[in-house]
Amino acid sequence: MAFDYDRYIRGGKLPHIWCPGCTYGIVFKSLLRAVDALKIPKNDIAMVSGIGCASRLPGYVDFNTLHTAHGRALPFATGLKMAKPDKHVMVVSGDGDATAIGGNHFIHACRRNIDITVLVFNNFIYGMTGGQYSPTTPSGHIATTMPYGNIDPSFNIPELAKGAGATWVGRGTAYHAAALDKLIIGAIEHKGLSVLEIINACPTTHGRRNKFRSPTDMLLWMKDTALPLSAFEKLPPEKTAGKFPTGVLFKKEAPEYCETYYGMVDRVRKPAEGRG
Amino acid sequence: MGKIKLLQGNEACAEGALYAGCTFFAGYPITPSTEVAEYLARRLPLIRGVFLQMEDEIAAMAAVIGGSLAGQKALTATSGPGFSLKQENIGFAALTEIPCVIVNVMRGGPSTGVPTGPGQSDIMQCRWGTHGDHPAICLTPAYVQEVFSETVRAFNLSEKYRTPVIIAFDEIVGHMRERIEIPEPGVLPVVNRRKPECSFEEYLPYDDREGDVPPMANFFEGYRYHVTGLNHGPDGFPVNASPRIHTDELRLMRKVEANRKDIIRFEEFLTKDADVIVFAYGVSGRSGKTAVEMARAEGIKAGLFRPLTIWPFPEDEVGALSSRVKGIVVPELSLGQIIFEVERCAKGRTRVEGIYRVDGDPITPAQILEKIKEVR
Repeated sequence: MAFDYDRYIRGGKLPHIWCPGCTYGIVFKSLLRAVDALKIPKNDIAMVSGIGCASRLPGYVDFNTLHTAHGRALPFATGLKMAKPDKHVMVVSGDGDATAIGGNHFIHACRRNIDITVLVFNNFIYGMTGGQYSPTTPSGHIATTMPYGNIDPSFNIPELAKGAGATWVGRGTAYHAAALDKLIIGAIEHKGLSVLEIINACPTTHGRRNKFRSPTDMLLWMKDTALPLSAFEKLPPEKTAGKFPTGVLFKKEAPEYCETYYGMVDRVRKPAEGRG
Repeated sequence: MGKIKLLQGNEACAEGALYAGCTFFAGYPITPSTEVAEYLARRLPLIRGVFLQMEDEIAAMAAVIGGSLAGQKALTATSGPGFSLKQENIGFAALTEIPCVIVNVMRGGPSTGVPTGPGQSDIMQCRWGTHGDHPAICLTPAYVQEVFSETVRAFNLSEKYRTPVIIAFDEIVGHMRERIEIPEPGVLPVVNRRKPECSFEEYLPYDDREGDVPPMANFFEGYRYHVTGLNHGPDGFPVNASPRIHTDELRLMRKVEANRKDIIRFEEFLTKDADVIVFAYGVSGRSGKTAVEMARAEGIKAGLFRPLTIWPFPEDEVGALSSRVKGIVVPELSLGQIIFEVERCAKGRTRVEGIYRVDGDPITPAQILEKIKEVR
């Protein structure tokens, strides 16, 4: 039986704002399938975003949704989560939103290891404002603010998250949609800060200026360059150039921030309660 | 009889927040407001409240809004540079109508300025700091007892009108220790946000049909709605190029403008027969009161008008005073900010003279007395 997306989409809020050829619709559907598989009540989910194309996603879904300021989704989400630690808080962000203007919040949320699921839609560009280079734009690529080719080194988002202390780090692509469902499920199920980078394509403001002749070319690029981590690790270094690993890239157990905080609360309240 | 304590203004602010039902604080260390955070770091865990020291001032403001949206009464405290950083998210709270309280313990100067000295030069930023048109409520206590009671009132106004409320006091009021009485619970009113009585299906988070302040559902309570910093319709979803934007922004302003009587509070001291009025708030208001007493001792009919609500500005009151006095003296720890409001309301009907000081010391009663004599 076909999956019933309508149960999760707010009536009358579609069509979405994304351009033809944009891969966010693929990820959007994957996200809804993942939430459905986990059977989380819609009332118990808050989806928080910042500014950018990806950040418009929460408006379409039937959860508690919060579309905040550029880069600030994580601290808003931290406030929600600390106030209601038993609820599910998810953040939808982009490469610019999460790692440029929101970079400080990103690393500190990772460091705290608060139980929030962070989905970073990486389309390698500032799409909503028309194609300016972002912290993940590949070297040499043309952007409206790098008309002679990008000279900025780029961030590796999973490595950044891991280095900052995230306890679950993964990478998927819009092309590998079935695998993406599983990755999103894993990210949500993990207790702690999970970061899932999702490789996306922006044909309108990135692809067409960088020799991708069609949206399909961009999806095929994902198909050709993404390798499951196990396969990636078996390759000699000279053969990994231009490729990237996907799947669960890093995972560890560490105390979750809300549990630690409320554990402290219980500890400091005990003597006071004992005195009556 | 409540509890008698010797507290500094910053600590009284924290006590006032707790009295008002605050269970959530997020902040970032900054002089001279840090004691608010330190006090609540000790107290909030004891009542299962949330205390967060965030990675920066922006994050602290964001976390406060998140905490409030999840149903908690939330506070942040900062000072000049931090107040500047918080502005974007203060505007977010104003447009999305999420209650929260922001304390600005004012220090001197632009930029890093004089971190350990008093200032009153953020007062226009309290009104116009964030971009775009927005309502503003700002309270200006001058005594430690008043910091306590005005903090309670700040939470009440914030919950009642669904808008951020700023409490602005200077470093002297923040660090001065005075005897205060913390009343028993129930003595001071405590207001909680009005919640929807309709079903989820009928709920419109920005419904303006039954008054300017729509009921507010907290997240996770079954009303799954959308909150966005984009201009939005009654259902909370973005609207673009719509007459709705104009009418909704007018409604936001009206929440404050139409309720001036409820929001504006001030102290009048010997103003009835006064020839000269000292208009001053915060520590300058304290000096002003002494100056008025000194003037009276010399037979000069001086009086004090000391606003506890600086925004919305007490236009009618200042207008009425200006039509019957010879002059208004405006001492402020800036190079002249709130005097423009006094002049605007005086409309040329009386002489308005400022006393400005930004060297890290307060304006003395003697300085004010001298000016009273000059304009009388």
